[in-house]
Amino acid sequence: MRNLVILGGGTAGTITANKLRKRLDTAEWSITVVDRDDAHHYQPGYLFIPFGTYTPDEVTKSRRAFISDAIPLVYGDIDRVDPEARTVSLVDGTVLPYDQLVIATGVTPRPDQTPGMDDEGSWYHDVFDFYTHEGATALAAKLKDWKGGRLVVEVVEMPIKCPVAPLEFAFLAEAWFTKHGLRDKVEITYVTPLSSAFTKPICSERFGHLLSDRGITLEPDFMLERVDTEAKAIVSFDEREIRYDLLVTVPLNMGADYVARSGLGNELNLVPVDKHTLLSKKYDTIFALGDANDIPASKAGSVAHFEIEVFVENFLQHIADSPMTGSFDGHANCFIETGYGKAMLIDFNYDTEPLPGKFPVPGVGPMSLLKETKVNHLGKLAFRWAYWNVLMPGRPMPIGSEMSMVGKHQPVATSSVS
Amino acid sequence: MPVTTIDGHEIHVDDEGFMTVYDEWDETLAASLASAIGIEMSDDAWGPIRFMRADFTSEGHTPTLRRVATVGGFDTKGLFALFPKKPAKKMAYIAGLPKPAGCV
Repeated sequence: MRNLVILGGGTAGTITANKLRKRLDTAEWSITVVDRDDAHHYQPGYLFIPFGTYTPDEVTKSRRAFISDAIPLVYGDIDRVDPEARTVSLVDGTVLPYDQLVIATGVTPRPDQTPGMDDEGSWYHDVFDFYTHEGATALAAKLKDWKGGRLVVEVVEMPIKCPVAPLEFAFLAEAWFTKHGLRDKVEITYVTPLSSAFTKPICSERFGHLLSDRGITLEPDFMLERVDTEAKAIVSFDEREIRYDLLVTVPLNMGADYVARSGLGNELNLVPVDKHTLLSKKYDTIFALGDANDIPASKAGSVAHFEIEVFVENFLQHIADSPMTGSFDGHANCFIETGYGKAMLIDFNYDTEPLPGKFPVPGVGPMSLLKETKVNHLGKLAFRWAYWNVLMPGRPMPIGSEMSMVGKHQPVATSSVS
Repeated sequence: MPVTTIDGHEIHVDDEGFMTVYDEWDETLAASLASAIGIEMSDDAWGPIRFMRADFTSEGHTPTLRRVATVGGFDTKGLFALFPKKPAKKMAYIAGLPKPAGCV
């Protein structure tokens, strides 16, 4: 009997476990999933909690309920992986031997990594993250009573989970203040370490326009050094200061600390892997899937889903000592809520930036790429059902793992020089 | 890939001017690249550039500013002073490395 141990029972870990259980002979392979608790969070839902669209308990379900009964789920904090001995040690002393290991423990926002950010007296008083269950819930309570002032939405550093989420937050906040008659009392600034609103030229241009249409000030190239909680200002390394009354931040995102303790991580505790096979660059017994790896793709559930489609076939070859023939192309597909009941959709990969067009049926849609529509918004809301009922059980989704160019068109783009 | 000439060196660059062939680089060229973007190379400025060149050969991609600071041991604030406004991009440009992925 050989052992596959999967660390993390979130999006990537759950899909991987369920898909592989159907493909691996139960007499030959055992699969074990490890996680610290039983709360599986639908993370895309965090975005809607501050504005009351979802309640905090609507985004959480039992991990156990979504992982096949044939797979043991071990609860515990991971102490370290010994890649030479091929064991995982938990803090409670449990030792799990493995033949193959999948690291799928994602990334976590780390406000402790920026001086001043999580100071008592400020954190969850006038400084909030929103891409955690606690942060989104605390922010919902804050917004209920907020009378207006300077709202600063700020990203510390890339990469982050769901790179479009802070833009979505700014758009939704603007719409929410308008709806609640507060818009003229709120000044919104979007602060990013990037040189424009987003990373890729065509997309950035459209988001940049949308920000200015909504009266949101863009402050690019801002590398945050510290939060000055006395002056209520964020301060950059090149000594620019931006004052806030309410700071909504995306703190530095880092992989799990046990990854670093085990000598498996880079400077952000992300596991360096081959970007096409997701196999560790150091050990041929370790794969890292979803947000936990260092591939140059979005940290998003869609990326995890597409990469696992490729990974499953590759893994079966790998354990049969055959070369892996599948190659992940970096495919990502993300909805971007823009407020007022509309959303955009982007579809892209390592080599092709998000382009306008129709999706998933070329020329027809019903969804539109890089364009604000009501149908896209309904698609995003419907996705929550698909996440739990199609994606997590490992059932096939109607979108291929490999990105398709059909239905997309390439406008003439202008790119900015350094 | 366009070819351009800087101070008598013929080099391959991308459409934003970042070098695309690792071995076409040397330190004389780096000094010319630096002055093209208004930077005078000092002893302090060479340290991170040399670190980035070495790191690229072991990792296969341009290091981030965080990596230059945490792994290379250079002070972030100092890097902003040496390479104002956009140190990650400017250092990659001078070091003859691909534009930092920045991320997606």
